[in-house]
Amino acid sequence: MLKPVVLFVSAALLGLAGCAAPVANGVNDPYEEVNRGWHETNIALDKGLVDPVSTAYGTVVPDPLRKGLSNVSDTLSIPGTVVNDVLQFQLGDALHNTARFAVNATVGLAGLFDPATSMGLEERDSDFGETLHTWGVGEGAYVVLPLYGPSTERDAVGLIVDIALNPVGHLLDSPESDYATGLKVADLADTRYRYSDLYESVLYDSADSYSQMRLSYLDNRRFNLGMPVSTVETDETQGGATYDIYEDFYE
Amino acid sequence: MSNLFLSRRTVLSGLVATVALPSVALAFSQSEAEALINSAVAEINAVINSGKSESAMYRDFEQILVRYADMPNIARSVLGPPARTASASQLSSFTKAFQGYISRKYGSRFREFIGGEIQVNGTQKINSVYDVRCTAILRGEPPFAISFIVHERSEKFIDLQIEGISLLKSERAEIGAMLDKAGGNIDALTASLG
Repeated sequence: MLKPVVLFVSAALLGLAGCAAPVANGVNDPYEEVNRGWHETNIALDKGLVDPVSTAYGTVVPDPLRKGLSNVSDTLSIPGTVVNDVLQFQLGDALHNTARFAVNATVGLAGLFDPATSMGLEERDSDFGETLHTWGVGEGAYVVLPLYGPSTERDAVGLIVDIALNPVGHLLDSPESDYATGLKVADLADTRYRYSDLYESVLYDSADSYSQMRLSYLDNRRFNLGMPVSTVETDETQGGATYDIYEDFYE
Repeated sequence: MSNLFLSRRTVLSGLVATVALPSVALAFSQSEAEALINSAVAEINAVINSGKSESAMYRDFEQILVRYADMPNIARSVLGPPARTASASQLSSFTKAFQGYISRKYGSRFREFIGGEIQVNGTQKINSVYDVRCTAILRGEPPFAISFIVHERSEKFIDLQIEGISLLKSERAEIGAMLDKAGGNIDALTASLG
């Protein structure tokens, strides 16, 4: 079952590695025209489907229950994160997340509550895109995925691998795996509802929502991968570039 | 005689010192950058927890911006190359409009900050800027990172990064797109920000 996926992914990876000139800063967007098309489609989807559904979900389902369901979804995603921690040789994070899973799955009543965070076992997310980053794969071009939104070539490959690698997906049969998907959708709807002001100000109130999304995604992703901050003093070509915009500020 | 000479030399060297010193005496230090942001953050925290109405908070926020951020140069930078050909009065009215627009746009996010606070963690010097790193702790939210970028030249902050997202960069893109929509006309852009 897994084979075709792995084949496809390794083919994609080879392709990526071939053109993986790491772009540390700035925007690499050769597919802008296609990307803008998907961006428009995603906005139309948000307007027609995601926004009304999340508003209904947010209005009908009380906040604590929504939070609980999101917690379950988060807990179910931990095993996949642990796999990536191990692949990145971040064994400390792997242990941290395993303990987090153990606590929330038991004391947290199958993940409904999140007692782990108050015990110092806060959320430490990871994904296969980050694993590829630690393996030295450059981010590639910026892409907008249908439904999912902003990503890069590397992170899009990571997304597919994460779906294929997720241990929970392999352990659950239907209908349980459908419940897991349902929880994921509920979690996304909750996020969309909880931060609706923020989403709407970027998606609908900005003069060019496409470039706002692109900039925010890339800045934030690089920040989370630890690219701009920690490499500054040791690697000028990579991290230093983030601060370049301030060098010609007073010209 | 020699007394006069000496005193003259003292006066002269004193003069030289005052000319040469500013670059030394006024060199902005890491602790000064952090002190600046500490007091900005204290004022922001006071506004967040003042219990005032949102519109009163926008006004307070604008005053903090003017005091601690280099708004004229931020406005110029956000405008990009067209700023070079703009007249002084065009620039100053754009700066004023931009200030208000920023205060309203980000001030409206303040609702989420009520009851929360910002902590200053530490400062790192990178080339000619100081990155003053803070953590925002809001109710019912995981804490997130905020960085104030203070420039040694103006001794004020010129950017704010939220989880790595630079507001200077995103406003450059935004104002650039708005200027395009205004047909490249700065006055029309300024009017649309009002």
